Amino acid sequence: MTETKNAPFLEINDLKVEYFTKESVVHAVNGVTLTLEKGKTLGLVGETGAGKTTVAKSILRILPDVGARIVGGEIKLEGRDLLKSSEAEMRQIRGKRISMIFQDPMTALNPVQRVGDQIAEVIALHSNESAEAVRKRAEDMLEMVNIPRERYSEYPHQFSGGMKQRVVIAIALACNPELLLADEPTTALDVTIQAQVLRLIAQLRDKLGTSMMLITHDMGVVATHCDTVAVVYAGSVVEYGTKEQVFDHPTHPYTIGLFGAIPNMNVDERWLHPIEGLPPDPSHLPTGCAFHPRCKYATEACRTGEVPTVITPDGHQCRCHNTDAVLKGEGK
Amino acid sequence: MTEYQMKASLNQGKVRKSSEFLRVLKQLSYNKIAMFGLILFILELVLCLLSPVIAPYDYAAMDVIHMNETPSAAHWFGTDDLGRDILTRILFGGRYSITMSLLSVVVSLIFGVVIGSVAGYFGGWVDNVIMRILDIIQSLPGMLLTIVVSAALGNGYLNTVMALSVNGIPAQARMLRAQMMRVRGSEYVEAAQSINCSQVRIIAKHLFPNSFSPLIVQASMAIANRITMCSSLSFLGLGVQPPAPEWGAMLSGARQYIRDYPHMVIFPGLAIAVTVLALNLMGDGLRDALDPRLKR
Amino acid sequence: MTPVIEVQGLKKYFPTARGLLHAVDDVTLKIEKGKTLGVVGESGCGKSTLGRTIIHLLERTDGKIFLNGEDISDIQGRELKKAREKMQIIFQDPYSSLNPRYTVENTIREPLIVSKRFKKAEIDEKAAELMELVGIDNRLRLSYPHELDGGRRQRVGIARALALEPDFVVCDEPVSALDVSIQAQVLNLLRSLQDQKGLTYMFVTHNLSVVRHISDDICVMYLGQVVELCPSRELFKNPLHPYTQALLSAIPSVDIHNPNIPEILEGELTSPVNPKPGCRFAARCKYATEACQQPQVQRELSPGHFVRCCRAEELA
Repeated sequence: MTETKNAPFLEINDLKVEYFTKESVVHAVNGVTLTLEKGKTLGLVGETGAGKTTVAKSILRILPDVGARIVGGEIKLEGRDLLKSSEAEMRQIRGKRISMIFQDPMTALNPVQRVGDQIAEVIALHSNESAEAVRKRAEDMLEMVNIPRERYSEYPHQFSGGMKQRVVIAIALACNPELLLADEPTTALDVTIQAQVLRLIAQLRDKLGTSMMLITHDMGVVATHCDTVAVVYAGSVVEYGTKEQVFDHPTHPYTIGLFGAIPNMNVDERWLHPIEGLPPDPSHLPTGCAFHPRCKYATEACRTGEVPTVITPDGHQCRCHNTDAVLKGEGK
Repeated sequence: MTEYQMKASLNQGKVRKSSEFLRVLKQLSYNKIAMFGLILFILELVLCLLSPVIAPYDYAAMDVIHMNETPSAAHWFGTDDLGRDILTRILFGGRYSITMSLLSVVVSLIFGVVIGSVAGYFGGWVDNVIMRILDIIQSLPGMLLTIVVSAALGNGYLNTVMALSVNGIPAQARMLRAQMMRVRGSEYVEAAQSINCSQVRIIAKHLFPNSFSPLIVQASMAIANRITMCSSLSFLGLGVQPPAPEWGAMLSGARQYIRDYPHMVIFPGLAIAVTVLALNLMGDGLRDALDPRLKR
Repeated sequence: MTPVIEVQGLKKYFPTARGLLHAVDDVTLKIEKGKTLGVVGESGCGKSTLGRTIIHLLERTDGKIFLNGEDISDIQGRELKKAREKMQIIFQDPYSSLNPRYTVENTIREPLIVSKRFKKAEIDEKAAELMELVGIDNRLRLSYPHELDGGRRQRVGIARALALEPDFVVCDEPVSALDVSIQAQVLNLLRSLQDQKGLTYMFVTHNLSVVRHISDDICVMYLGQVVELCPSRELFKNPLHPYTQALLSAIPSVDIHNPNIPEILEGELTSPVNPKPGCRFAARCKYATEACQQPQVQRELSPGHFVRCCRAEELA
């Protein structure tokens, strides 16, 4: 309950999450440590199954009751550990202080409830205002996401995909949350609509001073919208720093591989440079560095034991034994 | 070298053919509950088929001295209101009840599959016509339909089987059609079209295997229903003719004695229940074994 | 040289409850042998329908389709079968494009079996060759799709499409469902297959950086119509149609020092059901004038650069 002035807004320390079935244990998150300053945006990049969504769900404590457990670590919101909060306290936090935007706008809305009422519901839940005042605020929210307030009484099917995602954003921002978790908010949308939605999120973030965790697999989205970046591989943060540090001097072989695999818009290349091999099966993670079977810099040290987090010359974190070799190898 | 390779791959071909069937068997054998159902059912079937040999009494022999007796060493399951041995009658009755219900379910499954496939694959007006006809059939009370068909065809084993099947066809056809309509939109069906698969092949190899599993469960459930329906027919003088025993008929005949001599209801009831249970367990297991996604 | 595929005024309308949906409306294009035509556009613009209509998976409403110079618009029966063997498709979703009850080998063998041209031994041999060609390990031949990852499944789909040695392959968003590292593997595979077999691709996608990488020519579609068609480089250097310009500006750039400034499109999407005769983009276009309410024609502004916009010269 102690709130220190200097504590970062959101602090995740050594978070570990497992999913388990009768036969196997899936190590979804293996010691993730991240911080997020007030009003900033942190990008979480990685491939399918890397554990990005699990991190976000752990913050909100909405992991499934059966089959998932947080094994260790702490998630501090202004110094207060959310993992130790009671369910009643969490209910007060969810939606009001932290809210989440899910990937698929098509399934995130209730198809038989009026769009406006779905926004009003969240507002009513966290305030004691009168019904009229709530409705007015819901209408204001609609307008804020560029939907005319006259459409309050329409149903989700009457809206296009981009508009639905804007409604989802309006719901997420209805109570002026301090932290917004956006899980692939634009992956299901077309590029022109994506640009529209991302710009809207950025404008609202700046206007309301919201901090944001943006989960995506699109490096371009990170480049345009984030302040800091964490690259996630097999449940671990392999590289973490400011956008400039990670994009200008990628140091982890995986990050470098990711950049190499994207077709470059400015250079004509006949062949792409894919990362060899496949992402690991999270129920049978390789020992040592989870990336070593796919890594061309891998040495004996990478195969077993803990991987140290190294501070690179430009001051960002990289979880790799061989940063020196990698940085030199870049020139070749 | 190539010859060797060809030979090797030919051998693989042989292994593959049988391995598909073996795979299903092997999968089924992993499933203890399904195996239990299978063994139970086989045991029951064998006992019933061997009834002329193993049954302790004549199924039709009346014994006025030993009427309504509760189970004893002489009559393990007791006797009925005419003094007939219930164990004997259950064993003989099983020959009718099990085989007739099973056969009728198979017949309605076959018709249901053909009709449902055609409706589900072609859609459009074909589907419309078929579905409206099925609507008409389903709007008739099921029992009435069975009675009408049975009366029209006359008595006899196969005729009764046919009468029992008619009623189940629409439900099976409908379920298959709904499943097929779902599967028909899949890209692998489009892919099959693009590589020139004929319509018959698309239905048989792509649509049907991916839509039939709910039918197996439904069919195993339908067996109990058929046993009782069969008894209703014999009650009306259609279907199996007394004194030939038949489980459903034994049940309905003993109904009036349920308060004083409950064993007369319990044993035939138990026979039906055990059969249905065994088939359900087996059906569930078979559905899972046929689905490669649930492979261990 | 005759183009492998040529399409003239192709139309595909779907009847809906509210009227005719113009999914593909008056599309004219051609693809030379060994080349890749990228088709880009947003969801619902008809790009997938275009590919499927060309290879006769969907029946066209109007227009002409030529394969290697022969008119195949109305062929049926045996001729259709023959033509289909020459035109194949690779699907978007590697999860739903493979029959879950077929092993890898069964899926790859099926086109060979169906064609009835091969003996059993040949089929086995060819299937093994195909698996090697697309890089699937032989030990996976008895695996089922659910046991494979997305990239491998997509390779199986590619092997199936190539089994009958087609001339023309429609790639319908083949890498959209894959992670970037796997996406690069599959794109490289498609390119090396093109080099080896002289394949002609129609590459349908919404991902502009992928399409730029793989295509020789690019065709931009908007609500059923081709709005711009030109060589790939030309399109990215000199986009003429206002929609293409907006589309290109909306790609989030990976270069943090050189970000794209997205041009945000205002206005509502026009419905493709019974559309008005004018330009379909006019409602969202900042340059729209009275003239845009008239039907637009596809014009060749410079050699090989086609655009469907009456104001293209003024804006260039």
